[in-house]
Amino acid sequence: MSLAPDAVIYMDNNATTRVAPEVLAAMMPYFSELYGNPSSMHTFGGQVAEAVHTARCQVAALLGADPEEITFTSCGTESDSAAILSALRTYPEKRHVITTRVEHPAVKNLCENLTAITGHKYRVTRLKVDAEGMLDMAEYEEALREDTAIVSVMWANNETGVIYPVEEMARMARQRGILFHTDAVQAVGKIPINLRQLDIDMLALSGHKLHAPKGVGVLYIKRGTLFVPFMTGGHQEHGRRGGTENVASIVGLGKACELAAAKMDEENSRVKAMRDTLEEGLLTAIPKSLLNGHKTSRLPNTANISFEFVEGEAILLHMNQQRICASSGSACTSGSLEPSHVLRAMGVPFTAAHGSIRFSLSVYNSEEEIAFVLEKMPNIIDSLRKMSPFWKG
Amino acid sequence: MWEYTDTVQEHFLHPRNVGEIDNPSGTGDVGSLACGDALKLTLKIDDKGVITEAKFKTFGCASAIASSSVLTEMVVGMTVDEAAKVSNQDIANALGGLPKEKMHCSVMGREALEAAIADYRGLILPMAEGEVVCECFGVTDLEIIRAIRESNLRSVEEITNFTKAGGGCGKCEGALRNLLEQHAGIGVSRPVAKEKPRRMTALQKIKRIEEVLEREIRPGLRKDGGDIELIDVDGDFVSVSLRGACTSCSKSQTTIKEYVEKKLRELVLDSLIVEEEQS
Repeated sequence: MSLAPDAVIYMDNNATTRVAPEVLAAMMPYFSELYGNPSSMHTFGGQVAEAVHTARCQVAALLGADPEEITFTSCGTESDSAAILSALRTYPEKRHVITTRVEHPAVKNLCENLTAITGHKYRVTRLKVDAEGMLDMAEYEEALREDTAIVSVMWANNETGVIYPVEEMARMARQRGILFHTDAVQAVGKIPINLRQLDIDMLALSGHKLHAPKGVGVLYIKRGTLFVPFMTGGHQEHGRRGGTENVASIVGLGKACELAAAKMDEENSRVKAMRDTLEEGLLTAIPKSLLNGHKTSRLPNTANISFEFVEGEAILLHMNQQRICASSGSACTSGSLEPSHVLRAMGVPFTAAHGSIRFSLSVYNSEEEIAFVLEKMPNIIDSLRKMSPFWKG
Repeated sequence: MWEYTDTVQEHFLHPRNVGEIDNPSGTGDVGSLACGDALKLTLKIDDKGVITEAKFKTFGCASAIASSSVLTEMVVGMTVDEAAKVSNQDIANALGGLPKEKMHCSVMGREALEAAIADYRGLILPMAEGEVVCECFGVTDLEIIRAIRESNLRSVEEITNFTKAGGGCGKCEGALRNLLEQHAGIGVSRPVAKEKPRRMTALQKIKRIEEVLEREIRPGLRKDGGDIELIDVDGDFVSVSLRGACTSCSKSQTTIKEYVEKKLRELVLDSLIVEEEQS
């Protein structure tokens, strides 16, 4: 098999993913003949409610959860907000929150603005990470206090793929009666998860990161966890989230979870092997390149590599010329003038952070694509370095 | 995805005049690795003061590379005096425009050109003299004031887009707002006064200022058919009026701030602020 000349080589799956053909097929009837409202009394609506229930069971199966612990939302960000704000409303006397310095903006910006959002003063502990992006468990233990309302730590980092020990961290929180929430948007579908055995109280996931469409997410709420809805309204989702269900997307997400469970082995073998080939190939072929993030405690699909003395946006645009899609943590692409907060928290020098590129693969990538990227990247970096006043090559 | 014009993309993908001139007549080195963009501009200038060659090396995003590339095309064939008048807006215009968040790339081009010309003329770049306001990106008050005036900036966000100041930790936002309040819409820049290192009576000040004007400043201005008159000294504020050819010169503001004020600060008192009295 060889690459079509106009093929797009998509290695930006931590940003979003292709909707799986099987997912789209499952959704289509709910855009046309099956348009009933799941809340209706008639059979016509009732069959749609059944489809939503099936999806709930499929999601629950992937997470090792019970269907009634699954609440559908509009996206990962909504799920994160709902979880954290619910905890704060449930325990209004507790005014302390623990999170990390490397969270996704969905959690980071919420935690940084709690006072403005809630009207109450909160103390927020933002746990540090080391050079490989790992947390210091002693610092975490020290931070757990009597007035801690909730701990929110991502399962896996979107930029580096670093996996955090949320199982252990949740256990430590539970021992002290503290709620634990995890943003698992990047982890779900990539690594096995079994919530039944864990002390995680709430978990957020997003459909479009695992080959379902954009605009649908899930908040897992462990049975017995007190919950105050983020969106009040109708009785949908057992009263946990008002608003008529986004049926087609929910059905798609259910199918996507079923597929993810079936492809979990492939993700952790073939995809991981491709990632390793890409990563080792780039680090070997291109001098002054370095890996960002822990080598092993990492998602199987993510490689974040810094190419020193060149700038990420320029690299991405040259890659774009070759129809290779990826992301960068550089200032110019972060929407601000400073490079990614994740890389800065890890102490990656600015010289390297500006030239960081994230490759994130999926089961839809091929070995040919990896070879193509390995062939093109050295020239791209070389041509930009020749232009760089700092490159003494 | 940034909205880049075809010209920006073309210059980015096929940059002109990449490299470094051996034994250049002038070199401009601005930016740094930490800031995320940097530009080294080298110029070859003939004995008639015409730029015959320009080369660049740039670390930065697509618009930084494109700004550098188009700049080298613009200045070749210009006299140094003409090149000194190239503004960041000229660079952005030559590219068919830049996204507003990327205007600082054109400012970097202009700064490198200025630095290269100053180097050629054996002058010290005046902009580096100010006080650093934005510590993240090392931007001085003088640079910010100049951007506010030249590009008619009206918000802190615009200052960040043009100079990068305030784009890091954001601690200097208050200082930027102060600079805006003081300088937006006002023709005269008024740098933050420093602590007075020594005291002088008003009379001593006036005498010394007159001496320096006569000895150091007037001879240069008269050569170009201009002159300068001391109007008033009020505390640290020195009002002057330019005469003759200087009054119609578009660079008169630059003359006052970067030449007169610098000299007076150096030779009289380093807290002096020179303003032009509008006649």
